[in-house]
Amino acid sequence: MAGKDLLVINHLRKCFDGQEILKDISLNVQEGEVVSIIGPSGSGKSTLLRCATMLETMDGGELIYMGETAAKEADGQCVYAQKADLKRIRHHFGLVFQNFNLFPHYSVLKNIMDAPMTVDKVPKKEAQERALGLLEQFGLADKRDAYPCQLSGGQQQRVSIARALALQPKILFFDEPTSALDPELTGEVLKVIKELAKEKMTMIIVTHEMQFAREISDRVIFLEHGDILAQGSADEVFNSDNTRIRDFIGKLNS
Amino acid sequence: MQGLLDFGNNFITMLPQMVEKFGVTVSIFFLTLIFSLPLGLLLSFGRMAKNWLVRTLSKVYISVMRGTPLMLQLVVVYFAPYYIFRIKISNNWRFSAVILAFVLNYAAYFAEIYRGGIESMPVGQYEAAKVLGYTKLQTFVKIILPQVIKRILPPITNEMITLVKDTSLAFVLAQVEMFTLAKQFAAAQASVMPLMVAGVFYYIFNLLVASVMEYVEKKLNYYR
Repeated sequence: MAGKDLLVINHLRKCFDGQEILKDISLNVQEGEVVSIIGPSGSGKSTLLRCATMLETMDGGELIYMGETAAKEADGQCVYAQKADLKRIRHHFGLVFQNFNLFPHYSVLKNIMDAPMTVDKVPKKEAQERALGLLEQFGLADKRDAYPCQLSGGQQQRVSIARALALQPKILFFDEPTSALDPELTGEVLKVIKELAKEKMTMIIVTHEMQFAREISDRVIFLEHGDILAQGSADEVFNSDNTRIRDFIGKLNS
Repeated sequence: MQGLLDFGNNFITMLPQMVEKFGVTVSIFFLTLIFSLPLGLLLSFGRMAKNWLVRTLSKVYISVMRGTPLMLQLVVVYFAPYYIFRIKISNNWRFSAVILAFVLNYAAYFAEIYRGGIESMPVGQYEAAKVLGYTKLQTFVKIILPQVIKRILPPITNEMITLVKDTSLAFVLAQVEMFTLAKQFAAAQASVMPLMVAGVFYYIFNLLVASVMEYVEKKLNYYR
């Protein structure tokens, strides 16, 4: 099945203080695909996600969402599109943060409703219906009037997933969505992500949950020292002959 | 016995006048707040600006306003129209000059309080808003500022209480407010009693200010 590319990253480079964090990363993500990015700490996984979501500027390469160029290389430099174009392109994706970053002064419902109303000018009634639908789906209907500080980490993370989905993005990025949670709460967040995968939501997930990555991913990317060391189906990567990958996965499983 | 009677008589004649002039004290307080709170916010933007010139000018301004006596600033503002523009100073200018000097001075303090609050905001709040598509202005007004206000209420309350007491400095420009009047009574009666009464006025006003601010703080306690 040849779906269409929602996201194309070509030859992405990123340096911090002269040190190359990402070296020539290329990546295509098709509609409905679930891609996990795994690898040791400092391998550049989060930086890759932050470049893709335009929280960091790239130093070189191309970034294309649904055929629209967000950044391209010209004269050895990375040139970003016009502000108005970027605003439209930003609309194609959502991001779920490791530490949720919910708005603490807004209730759960307002956290989810506010962006559609403020950014997309969705009428209040419709925004509320969308938000309530998502809360229902994630088992949080009774928390609509609570404030983030009154929720457990797992509940907060589910709200933040709902907040991202309320804008109806085509792609959802997750930056270590369960790393700030204790093991008991991890499950409830992973369950939500699995449900989204079943609904054929396109997702790119940076994670340390190997078992989860293996279960959910259509494709796994192993990143090390800013390079893609291996990529392929979950089984291909997890059963790789590469000693470095075997080492990494073995350590986590032991 | 006679002394006590005198005291009573003095007190009764004095009190209504002091209450009246307390109105001037309260006006200085509120007018200063109304103008210096927004001006302070603007100034804090200047202080955090990317532009070197804007940042440096704001920094120097804050440094001078905080580093010299308010009493001196009152005199400078009062006489500035004459020394700079050779405009004859009219009687109406007196009160305006008091307010202007207070506003210019307090804005500097408020600017630093705002800056502290804004810089203490976690970067994740900005990033979340950015990814969700909020503009910079929307992010500041809807997401950042409300949280900053909650954080800076205690130091703002401090400044407000200082301001109540600082209003007495208006006497430098012969602006008659409550404390100026109290001093006149004290001189006429050769007694410190009027000054004590003034002290009670200030204390009660500050008690009021503190409890209102405490109420606001409690109101904002619904999160974190």
